[in-house]
Amino acid sequence: MAIGSDIVEGLGSLQLFADLDRPRLEEISHTFDEEIIPQGQRVLRQGLTGSNVYVILEGEAGVVLSGNEIARLHRGDFFGEVSVLLGEAPTADVVARTALRCIVIPGPQLREFLLRHPKVMFQMLRVVTLRLRNTLAWHS
Amino acid sequence: MAQLAVEKPFPPGEYPVVVVGSGPGGLQASYALRRLGIEHALISQDDSPGGMFRKWPVFGRLLSWTKADAPYDRRAREYEWFDHNSLVADEPENRGLAAEFIDRTWMVPTVPEMTANLQAFAERTGTAVRLECRWEGTRFEEEGFVLETTDGEYRCKVAVFAIGVTDPLKTPIPGIEEVPHYVDVRRDKESYRGKRVVVIGKRNSGFELADGLVPWASQVFLVSPRPVAAEVIALSTVRARYLQPYEDWSWGGGTFAVDAAIDRIERTAGGGYRILASGTTREGPIVLEADEAIAATGFRTPMRDLAGLGCATVKQGVLPAQTHHWESATVPGIYFAGNATQAAAGLRKHGVASASGTVSGFRYNSRLLAAHIGEKHFGIERPRPSLAVDDVAPLLVSEVARSPELWSQKSYFVRVVSRGDDGGAVDEGYQPLAAFLDEGGADAIAVTVEMNGSGEIYPAAYLRRNGGVEEDTRPPQALNEFEGEGYRAYIDDHVRRTLG
Repeated sequence: MAIGSDIVEGLGSLQLFADLDRPRLEEISHTFDEEIIPQGQRVLRQGLTGSNVYVILEGEAGVVLSGNEIARLHRGDFFGEVSVLLGEAPTADVVARTALRCIVIPGPQLREFLLRHPKVMFQMLRVVTLRLRNTLAWHS
Repeated sequence: MAQLAVEKPFPPGEYPVVVVGSGPGGLQASYALRRLGIEHALISQDDSPGGMFRKWPVFGRLLSWTKADAPYDRRAREYEWFDHNSLVADEPENRGLAAEFIDRTWMVPTVPEMTANLQAFAERTGTAVRLECRWEGTRFEEEGFVLETTDGEYRCKVAVFAIGVTDPLKTPIPGIEEVPHYVDVRRDKESYRGKRVVVIGKRNSGFELADGLVPWASQVFLVSPRPVAAEVIALSTVRARYLQPYEDWSWGGGTFAVDAAIDRIERTAGGGYRILASGTTREGPIVLEADEAIAATGFRTPMRDLAGLGCATVKQGVLPAQTHHWESATVPGIYFAGNATQAAAGLRKHGVASASGTVSGFRYNSRLLAAHIGEKHFGIERPRPSLAVDDVAPLLVSEVARSPELWSQKSYFVRVVSRGDDGGAVDEGYQPLAAFLDEGGADAIAVTVEMNGSGEIYPAAYLRRNGGVEEDTRPPQALNEFEGEGYRAYIDDHVRRTLG
């Protein structure tokens, strides 16, 4: 997404928000901040409480555990939801592999946001289920 | 002080650093650079210091408060807790200046009072400005930048832009070009007598307009997609302005806070406005007829050609993207000071961003900014006094309990003490928390205060040992008293384990 392009259209093109109409996309773009994380900087930090949920608008991030990248995240992916939903500190780092543009859903606001937007909750559930399936497949 | 005697200081030429802007951010940055002996020029397009406060808020009174009398003397550092409008100085006589000018009609200063406060700071601290020198363009040159101005070209290794968030911004809604922006609103409030007024926007400027217009207009409608977060507003420093119209709305007194995305704006035959919108928190079409409409849709940093130079922005070009040290996220050597530093939100622990959108937050950024520029670009080491290990815990306990820096910039700043080479301790001063976590260094302890999702304040310690950092927080305390025996033992234990 180019600098200055319409963030509402950008949000609507992400699977997480694909079921929302324009007024609700506008509400989200007015509610949550957008942030650019420089390449190489950590976004989530293992063991630190009070983290938030991030949705990638542009760029790539790596999920890093004990110095090893265990997953790569791209545009449309989200992260941080596990620690916010469970009220626990993240168990891995997430590091910006390129300059990373995200919207930030503050941890304390996630519950109310999902309850007010069940279509987003469904999409999040779907992705989390896919991750679980892939993890189980990897272990089997 | 010598520069003050020169009618136009800082002629075009070569300087290590050039600071652009003479609002509170530029004055504070220049003051901090000078305290560290970093040579620089301070230039401004304005004809007097004060920045945006020379013109706004439109109805003449700020949002941020100054309590003229407080439990601490105005010259004491702790007084800064009670004064969100003064710039900060190392010399006691230049502290707490806002209180000198406020007439106590209310705790928030008027525009002339705020301007007088900032101009007094510039005069008394000898912070000279080259006025009426407008920055017009920027280009790279060898290892630095050239700033093109109306007075000529400035060459520098580092440029600091303290240019505020002052360019009027209109949300791209069909028909909004017919609606005057906040900056063009009539200051004669009586001219709104008996009218129905739609204010587009429910942030600071929207509520400020509503507050000014409620006594005159017959009805005021505040419209934007996002619902008002009353529980957040009640805890913020802007509550006074926000809650008056909001209270009016809750009592059905003629004000409406409408959650809707505006689809288009039409002019009516009688010269009024028709607003066609779609509800957000409550679905369905909404049509509003009004005599007047005002776009309180915000502002952006006047970046001029900086985006073209490669400076990334956030929020659709509203603010420059920055590192934790307020350097452009994409163009090394370009820094920001003042209100624009709100884009460096920090870790946002529990969703709480830095307080850098206010004078009371960003005034502290400038000291760290100057120290960082000095070290990174000019090899000027910041002062790092040695401490006896026994003195560390009392210092850190008092910091957690009373530091204006830590309490203003919660979970953005930490106070750091590291292990010295000689077995003693080294006072590293304040650092951005993210820098402490990510930039490595000697074993060290960092402390701060943070706020949880319920708005409760609690102490936190970060312990860097053998390259890793561990967090340890303590629960909130009803009276925010963090100097009791339990807290002392908590800090003392960490100091012993980290530095002992």
